[in-house]
This record gives sequence, C-alpha cells and structure tokens, in this order.
Amino acid sequence: MTDSGSGDGLRARPDGGHGNQLYGPQHDVAGAAGYPDSPPRMGFFTDTSVCIGCKACEVACKEWNAVPEDGLLLTGMSYDNTQGLGADTWRHVAFIEQRKPLGGQEPGVSHEDVDVFDAAGRLGTGSAPAGQISPLAPDGRTELRWLMSSDVCKHCTHAACLDVCPTGALFRTEFGTVVVQEDICNGCGYCVPACPYGVIDQRKDDGRVWKCTLCYDRLGVGQEPACAKACPTDSIQFGPLDELRERAEDRVARLRAAGVADARLYGEDPTDGVGGDGAFFLLLDEPEVYGLPPDPVVTTRDLPDMWRHAALAAASLAALAVTSFVRSAGRGRR
Amino acid sequence: MSGSDVTRKGVEGERPGRDAVTGEAAGRRRRRRGGRGERSMVPDAEFSSYYGRPILKKPTWKALDIAGYLYLGGLAGSSSLLAAGAQATGRPVLARAAKLGAAGAISLSLAALVHDLGRPARFMNMLRVFKPTSPMSVGSWLLSGYAPLTLAAAASDVAGRYRLVGSAATAGAAVLGPAVVTYTAVLISDTAVPSWHEGHRQMPYVFAGSGATAAAGLALAAAPTAQTGPARRMAVLGAALELGTFQLMKRRMGLAAEPLEKGRPHVMLRTAEALTAGGAVLAALSGRQRGRALATVAGAALLTGSAALRFGLFHAGVASAEDPKYTVVPQRERLRARQGGQEA
Repeated sequence: MTDSGSGDGLRARPDGGHGNQLYGPQHDVAGAAGYPDSPPRMGFFTDTSVCIGCKACEVACKEWNAVPEDGLLLTGMSYDNTQGLGADTWRHVAFIEQRKPLGGQEPGVSHEDVDVFDAAGRLGTGSAPAGQISPLAPDGRTELRWLMSSDVCKHCTHAACLDVCPTGALFRTEFGTVVVQEDICNGCGYCVPACPYGVIDQRKDDGRVWKCTLCYDRLGVGQEPACAKACPTDSIQFGPLDELRERAEDRVARLRAAGVADARLYGEDPTDGVGGDGAFFLLLDEPEVYGLPPDPVVTTRDLPDMWRHAALAAASLAALAVTSFVRSAGRGRR
Repeated sequence: MSGSDVTRKGVEGERPGRDAVTGEAAGRRRRRRGGRGERSMVPDAEFSSYYGRPILKKPTWKALDIAGYLYLGGLAGSSSLLAAGAQATGRPVLARAAKLGAAGAISLSLAALVHDLGRPARFMNMLRVFKPTSPMSVGSWLLSGYAPLTLAAAASDVAGRYRLVGSAATAGAAVLGPAVVTYTAVLISDTAVPSWHEGHRQMPYVFAGSGATAAAGLALAAAPTAQTGPARRMAVLGAALELGTFQLMKRRMGLAAEPLEKGRPHVMLRTAEALTAGGAVLAALSGRQRGRALATVAGAALLTGSAALRFGLFHAGVASAEDPKYTVVPQRERLRARQGGQEA
C-alpha cells in the first residue's frame, strides 16, 4: 500500500507533468498518484435507462464485501428501503415514480389522438414527442414512469475524501480508484463531510469509515466488481474509463434519437468540479431527482485560497496582539 | 406529480407529502420567511430532491468535542500571544494566567480530539504522514509542536526554574499560537458542508477575532486590573475584528448564510454577538475601576461569547448539510449561470 496518492502537491508539479493535483482535468490519475506503469483507469458506467430495480447489485456487494446488515426497516416512501449510500451500503438503488411518459414509449391505452405516421416520420430526428404524448387513460389517469438508478461511490478524479484524510488511510489505487485501508483509519471522520456526494460514512459500532472499494480485491485478479457481475441487464457496466465514456456517448445519442429527450450523462465530464467521476451515470432526469448534487465541486479546489487567508488572519492576530501591547508602552502602563 | 392512483377513497392526483417529481424545479417551493428586517440573500428558489433526503452526510463529529476544540484552540493560541507580550513587558501575573490558560486549554483540546476519534487508540496515526491537502494533518503536526511548548512555558513559570527554557517556550508558543487559532477555520471550511465551506474566505478572521476576545476574557478574569491593559485593548480590537468579519462573511455566503439565521444556531450566534460586544464594552470600562468585579464580568462574557460563536457555527454547518436545499439550490444556480440561462 502506498500513501503517494495523497495529492501531495498544492500546485501543479512542473517536473512530473502531472498537473491539476487539486482541480481540473487530470488524464493520468494513477500516474499523478505515483504509479509509474499503471493499468488503465477502471470505472463504472451505470446506465439507469435499463435498470429494473432488482437490487442484485446491492446484494452482491454486501455478500462479496461482507458488509454488515444496517437495519431492516420500511421507509414507506417507495420500494427503496435502503435509503442511501453509507458505511454499510455501497450500492443503493433509488426508486422514483413520476407521472410522465418515458420518451416515446406508450404504456397506456388511448391512441386515438396520436398520428402514428407523423410520429414515425419524426423518429430519429431528435425532436422527441415526449412532451406531446401524454396519454390519458379513460379514467383520467396520467401515465407513470418509474426511474431506477443504482448509486455508488463516484471514485472522483479529485477525491475530497482522499485529499483531507490525515492518516493516509484513503489512497489512490493503481486502477485510479479510491479505497480506505481499514487497518490505518482511526475514525477521525473528516472524509464524511468532505465528500460532495455524501457517500462515505462512519460505521457506528466500529468507529472507522467505509465505502465502495470498486472491489479492489477482485480487480487485482482480473475480475469485474461484484455488482457489475451480478447486474442482469448490464445497467452496471465495468471497464476502462475511456471505453466506458465512448460507450456512454453512443448510448445517450441513441436514446435521444429514440425519443428519450431527458437522457443525459452525469459525472462523465473531465472538466467538471471533481475532474470527472470514475463511476458515472446515464440519467433520465435532473441529478437532484436521484439524490445527486447537480454541480459538485471538490472542496480542496479552494484550499490554497483557504490557507492564504488563514495565514493572513494569523498575521492579523499577531499584529493585533502587538498593537495591544505597543500602545500601552507609549502611554504608560495602566 | 407522483402519487397513488389506488386509494381507498379513489382519490386521484393527490400528492402525499413526499413526492419525487419531474425536473429540476418541480419540487417544493421555498417560502420566504419575514425575518425581522433580515433581507433575503438570494431570490426564492424551487428545487427537487430525492424524497427530501439530504445529499451530504452530516459530520460525525460530536459537538462538544469539535466545537469545543475550535473554541479551546482559539483560546489557547491567543493566550500564548498574551503570555509572550506580558512576559516581555513585565506583567508576571498576566503572563502566568495566560500561560496556564494556554496549557490547560490545549490539553483539554487534545483530550477532546482523541475522544472524538472512532478509534481513539489509533490517534498516533495522525502523525503517520504529512499532507498539506489535509488541514487535519497540518493541525496535528502543528499541535504536536505547539502543545509541548505551552506545557513547558507554564511548567517553567509555575516552578520558577529553567527560566531560559521557559522564555524560549513562551516565545515559540507565541509564534505557533496564531496558526493554531486560524487553521481551525480551514479545518471546517475544507468540507462540502455549505455553511462552512462558503465562509472560507472570512472564517479565519472571524476565528482570529473570537480567539483574541476569549484570551482577553480569561486574562481579565484572572489578572489584576493594573496588568490587564493589553488584554482590554485586545478584547476591543478582537471584538471589532470578529463582529465585522462575521457580518461580512454572512453577506458573502449567499443561501448558505440562512442556517446561521434559523433556529438554535441563530440563538447561539446572536448570543455570541451580544456577549462579545457587551464584554468588549465592559472590558474597556473596567480599566477605570479599582475593583475586579467589572473585569470579571467582562471576562466571563467574552469567554462565553467566543464559545457560543463556535458552537453556533458548528450547528449551523450540520443543519446546512442535513437540508438538501443548501446543496441543490446554489449548485443549480451556478449551473444555470454557466449555461447562460438555457436550462429554464
């Protein structure tokens, strides 16, 4: 294990050519973390348009990683009783029910007011009929669409959890992923509020923090992570990040052409606030609907600024103290 | 709109209180509160969320440990400045009070920090690496240099021996002291917690002022009036710095300032402002009095005010992490501004 993934330069290093230690695009994360000959960066592409909400990923993850049970309760809000990622939930399937048709799909009944030839003529032109087709059932019900999405640690290019970890327990692997070493973590909890996605958390009875490792043990022997292996619809795709990004671009273009105007990628952009996610998504609505932040920024982007202000404030405090004493010397002691 | 079609009454389209709805702006409407004369920082906004659940994980830190440390660290670091000044200008009682205050406060801080760890037995792992990207790592190294200096300074003063070592330790503690005070602002600002992060430019100055008032308060309560002239001036200057930069910070924080204006944090922060301002005024007046009563009251007010500020800011941050509004709305506005209003 190494600590060299600690993002140990506040500024770009001119020698190594690994710029953007804290913010911005970073093509070679493993290289910047000190791995001279690293394998390609691996990641997840979670295509939520084919997720069926079976939760096989949640189960496979728990089983493979021996993640303990964390309460069996009914939330009453949806089929989602898992609620969110945490120390004991490294894959979480969100369920969202909406009264909105899914693209050009027609799950309903009434077709009378739809000109099918006109709609067919517009197929593939990108001008989706999504907004226009709002089929009403005879009893006046509108249509339902059910969004399901398997959330996971994003394995950010610029990972705030890793940057702020004071012990070096969190480190960057040769695959470009972010992993906690449970034999080092002392449970300081700094990574918990640092994560812009609210992924990592402390296991209460254990004291340490836990999160998805992207199955570091399986990757080491050439296997894919347990969740991707178990996913029956290939909603969770695992592979080299560059390849996944290409595949995702293609998929989103095809979905839009098929009339799913809402389809968009989330976390795939290397120029975003965290330098792009190692685990990114194809979503069918705004990110916040799935409980994802719409525009996350790694907090350490502003760290050089913070240190500068802290130094200035410390100097101000020293000057304030000196002033308090100097004035008394001039006026005689009181 | 989502909702159950199949109900016993056959009600359609009725929205239960926890809808997951379509689009960025389909969610609940932020209602504007007519807060007494407080103008709203940003226009009203609508936002969606996943069943109203928070996006961020709230800090696992215990308020007593960590907010307590933010306070005690400020008290200790500023006291070290007072101690060095008092020693240099021949104010022995003030010097001793400040040295003991610094040593005591930083010892309590270390105990609180270790107590807050999930695995306290592994506290030494804090010194396993040095990472400038981790304010907690920087702080750990800073404290491991600073704490022994304050202890040596206090021990030498009390024992009356090894005066040269004691003077050197006092000076060393005064050099590191200001950093101990202000780095704690970076510690909490370097998180995704909206009400901590958005104040990152002003918070070090707020903490510097607050630390100065606390140290001045301790000195006023513990040393005779004849020697506390510098502490009185420090109280006034520190209060001005704290209150001024705190107002500036709130104005620059945008929506993230709202948790500072609501509920328990609001009460704490208002109390902090009143106690700090009142304490500074009393401190200034106490110089003209022969007795110590007024100075003691001023000192108590300043000490309490500084503590209330840290606890108020701590709880405001936790509240801002627990409500998805403070995560989603500013980010959505940022996105919209970047995309030139294309996403409406």
